[in-house]
Amino acid sequence: MGKMSPVPDEISKPFWDGCNKGKLLVQNCAGCKGNGGQDWLQHPPQAACYKCGTTENLTWKEMNGRGKVHGYSIMYDSRIRSLQEDQPFIIAVIELEDAPEIKMFSHLPGTPANDDVPVGGTVQVEFQDTLGTDQKVAEWRIVN
Amino acid sequence: MALTEMFPESRYRKTEGLGVWEHRGKVAIVGLGNSPTARRWDGTLETSLGAWTMLAAQQALDEAGITIDDVDGVIACDKGMGDDWGGDVSQGRAYFEAPYDSEDGLSGVSAHWLVKNMGLKNVKMTYHAPGCLSTALVAAAQAVGDGEAHTVLVIRGTGNMPGRYHQTPGNTTGGPGQWSNPWGWQLIPQIAFGFNQYCQKYGKNHEMMAPFILNQRRNGSMFPEGYYYQNRPDDLQITAEDYLASRWICKPMNMNDCDLPIQTAGAFLFTTAERAKDMKKKPVYVLNHVTQRGVNRSSIETMAETEEFSAHIARKCYEGSGLTASEVDIFNPYDGFTLFTQWFLEGFGWHGVGKGEALDFYAGDIRVEGPHPFSSSGGNNGNGRTRWWGHYDTVQQLRGEAGDRQVQVKHETGISGAFTPGHSDWLILGTSPD
Repeated sequence: MGKMSPVPDEISKPFWDGCNKGKLLVQNCAGCKGNGGQDWLQHPPQAACYKCGTTENLTWKEMNGRGKVHGYSIMYDSRIRSLQEDQPFIIAVIELEDAPEIKMFSHLPGTPANDDVPVGGTVQVEFQDTLGTDQKVAEWRIVN
Repeated sequence: MALTEMFPESRYRKTEGLGVWEHRGKVAIVGLGNSPTARRWDGTLETSLGAWTMLAAQQALDEAGITIDDVDGVIACDKGMGDDWGGDVSQGRAYFEAPYDSEDGLSGVSAHWLVKNMGLKNVKMTYHAPGCLSTALVAAAQAVGDGEAHTVLVIRGTGNMPGRYHQTPGNTTGGPGQWSNPWGWQLIPQIAFGFNQYCQKYGKNHEMMAPFILNQRRNGSMFPEGYYYQNRPDDLQITAEDYLASRWICKPMNMNDCDLPIQTAGAFLFTTAERAKDMKKKPVYVLNHVTQRGVNRSSIETMAETEEFSAHIARKCYEGSGLTASEVDIFNPYDGFTLFTQWFLEGFGWHGVGKGEALDFYAGDIRVEGPHPFSSSGGNNGNGRTRWWGHYDTVQQLRGEAGDRQVQVKHETGISGAFTPGHSDWLILGTSPD
């Protein structure tokens, strides 16, 4: 897939650097707790904690790289020119195993773009090259 | 006159618990105007958004029986929904002589542009209210209610330039696009994903949308201001088979689930209830206005968030107007992607429709002649993309001037809004200020 290369900024750079090193990082506010007393994680990363609004407790936490397919649609007419030659393609929403409230995207490489996309199926992260720069992005592949 | 500023965020009614709107029934809509429509701009200045916005504004004034000298405020949704005229240098699109020497007047129309070119010399208040015309409409209601101006034109020109709509070229992407563009996630996949979730949860399918789309087109066939009525009436006669056979855009969304980008301009005229008594048209009173700015927990709007956003909008509409769901006669939520209109129908509980029941409701009698005249405007699916047809129709229905579209049920109150459950603005209107 002809993925555009993300251009990191000051806030997002640790996440994208993590992708280049094969690590899936998510922003964590050490001063807050989420549901059930677990870590307060947020993605996409932001300048301040989405919950408490402060910046001083923001850190990065590595995820285990597993998740499941939360849902999907199948794109036939994307406005992203670099993706148009690969139409139709899946755009899946991935729910992280470590943090189900966090959602990321995937083309589900290796999965046919039809109505049999396995919602609920387990996925494993991998890191793919992109078109414009050396920046890698997180992708997800069905593992069962 | 000072430079135009953004309408202050603090003056939109975004939260629950605000009580009945302090200006309920004290502000009225007294004029409507809409220019001709076209699929794309033909490049002549006579059909530019600037020219057409002036045309629409004059129509609104004529309806009320007042002149440009009576106007003391203008609020514009100053950017259109299409691409810029001069944005793509490779296409060699040069600007024209003033007043068409910038994007203003070509791909959108600002309040200042209208004031200057229409000669509105008594205007003392102008604002930008970006997003949809709906955003500018609710701003006008609040501004008139607050006494900041007494007679306010609300305008938007929205266009469609030659060439494909909203293409994203290049091999790199920064800003918010860094999180979505590599995968092609944008509004359309979000809506298609949401509809997929809906069907999975409630056991529905895309075929069940057909009665709604056909009814939207049918209502469009009775809307003389609309694009299809004026330009492509045959497209209003589609069958369920035609609907379902159209090509996929993002499955399960097909081309007939999308509103058609068009070139047109609209204007609404607001004034005080007191001044409205002396104007030509029967006033339609503003009973409340509501703004929704939902915040997603992560990268997408989940189905749970969409359902809560929709219900939250409804609760705010009802609270501030004092109406209940059973007291709303006309209901015109946005349908620009038809696959999200069910969220509004169910969130508002209009005609008793509950969660997971909208597609079954569509299979009933939703004709304007029938007992459940849902989306009597025909919406943007039946008239082309403006995001204001719902407001336009609601005003006409409450006046009793909707022509062949006039509903046969009681038409004393109405709710209309655009655009999505997460980001939208709403008007609650009535024939009585009380």
